[in-house]
Amino acid sequence: MTHESGGILYCNCTYAQVLDPAAKQAVLRKLCDSGRSFEAVADLCEMSARKDPALKRLASGGNLKIAACFPRAVKWLFASAGAPLDPQQTEVLNLRELDAAKAGERLFAEDLQPNIPTGKVTASDVPAPAAR
Amino acid sequence: MSLRDQSHLRVVLYEGDGAEPLDGDLRFDAISRLLEQGFALTRVGSAGRTAPDDGVAAVVLGQFQNGARQLTTDAASEQLRFTNVSGFDSERIAGAVESTRAETNTARHGEWKPWFPVIDYDRCTNCMQCLSFCLFGVYGADQQGHIQVQNEDNCKTNCPACSRVCPEAAIMFPKYKAGPINGDVVTEADLNREKMKVDISALLGGDVYSMLRRRSDQAKERFSKERDDKKALQERQKCLTKLASAGDIPAEVLMNLPSPEEIQRRAEEAKAKAHAALAAQR
Ligand code: SF4
Ligand code: SF4
Repeated sequence: MTHESGGILYCNCTYAQVLDPAAKQAVLRKLCDSGRSFEAVADLCEMSARKDPALKRLASGGNLKIAACFPRAVKWLFASAGAPLDPQQTEVLNLRELDAAKAGERLFAEDLQPNIPTGKVTASDVPAPAAR
Repeated sequence: MSLRDQSHLRVVLYEGDGAEPLDGDLRFDAISRLLEQGFALTRVGSAGRTAPDDGVAAVVLGQFQNGARQLTTDAASEQLRFTNVSGFDSERIAGAVESTRAETNTARHGEWKPWFPVIDYDRCTNCMQCLSFCLFGVYGADQQGHIQVQNEDNCKTNCPACSRVCPEAAIMFPKYKAGPINGDVVTEADLNREKMKVDISALLGGDVYSMLRRRSDQAKERFSKERDDKKALQERQKCLTKLASAGDIPAEVLMNLPSPEEIQRRAEEAKAKAHAALAAQR
């Protein structure tokens, strides 16, 4: 699946320290220096709690790569705000596990590796992480 | 004003045709600052897709070469404002955005730490244990009797206790330190925390819902025993202490729990809500 003009969304997790600050900065710096268009939000959790309509515009319109945290969390944060992500068109780069170099690599890769879980996921059936 | 009722300002950093790109450090500093201030931002560069206009108030920042009017976007929004940031440093850019936010009376961010339960509906069986457990009215049921998180900002910051009550490990707190509560995959071991589950149900004086389902004499007997107010409160105390020592319930939350009488009243109220929701499904 090619990424072509797919979108990029970066979550800064502003209101918690769960992401490594250095990894966050490195990913954001890469995006800033890329010349590409992208979306950046302060905190997807806050937006979800507020049912921010911006989540609908972010979820709409085709392939999307999201740099944030666990795909299962990101999936339900969007869904509970009435803005479900398309599991076939979404790849979540988990900055709680990936280092900045790998996350950056996946963000700019041509292909999209969908990894939003569908169904009752346990350790044995979760899609393999996009890259480690 | 409730968390959900506020409108939001969209910030667009325009660096496409008709605008001079910002210097690399300035771009990074400005975007970082705006994110720290809680804004959502679209950077329009030379390639790649952006999210469509959705008619919300937006401020478009850019070093516009021939005035903002030349700019064509897919936004015919009347709510669009342009700010020429030529010569601005990142602090001034952030200040300009904050002024627009105040003028447009859009949401102010950062006054509440977004800590609240997120339900994984792939796992949830709608058993209502979470609703009956929470003393703070975070959960409710929709008109079809489905569990919902209804009052996110009532949730006690850093307290993930209700996720422990869920028999399906369906409750996440994405900002929690460990899995599966943070959204990591659910393992068999996570589902086998029977001991903890039993203890927590005792916090409310017994698992009233399994009793309702089984309707067995044995369950009825247990229910009436555990409904003994004094015993239920003792159990609650014991279990809260245990949870606190396991590092799950922050001391501030325990210290700010309502009086035993109030806890009892709220627990009854929550149970009645859960009961009604379960009855509506039948
Ligand atoms: S979605 Fe994940 S990365 Fe983003 S704010 Fe929530 S916890 Fe942080
Ligand atoms: S306790 Fe868990 S399974 Fe039961 S209703 Fe709540 S989220 Fe769903």
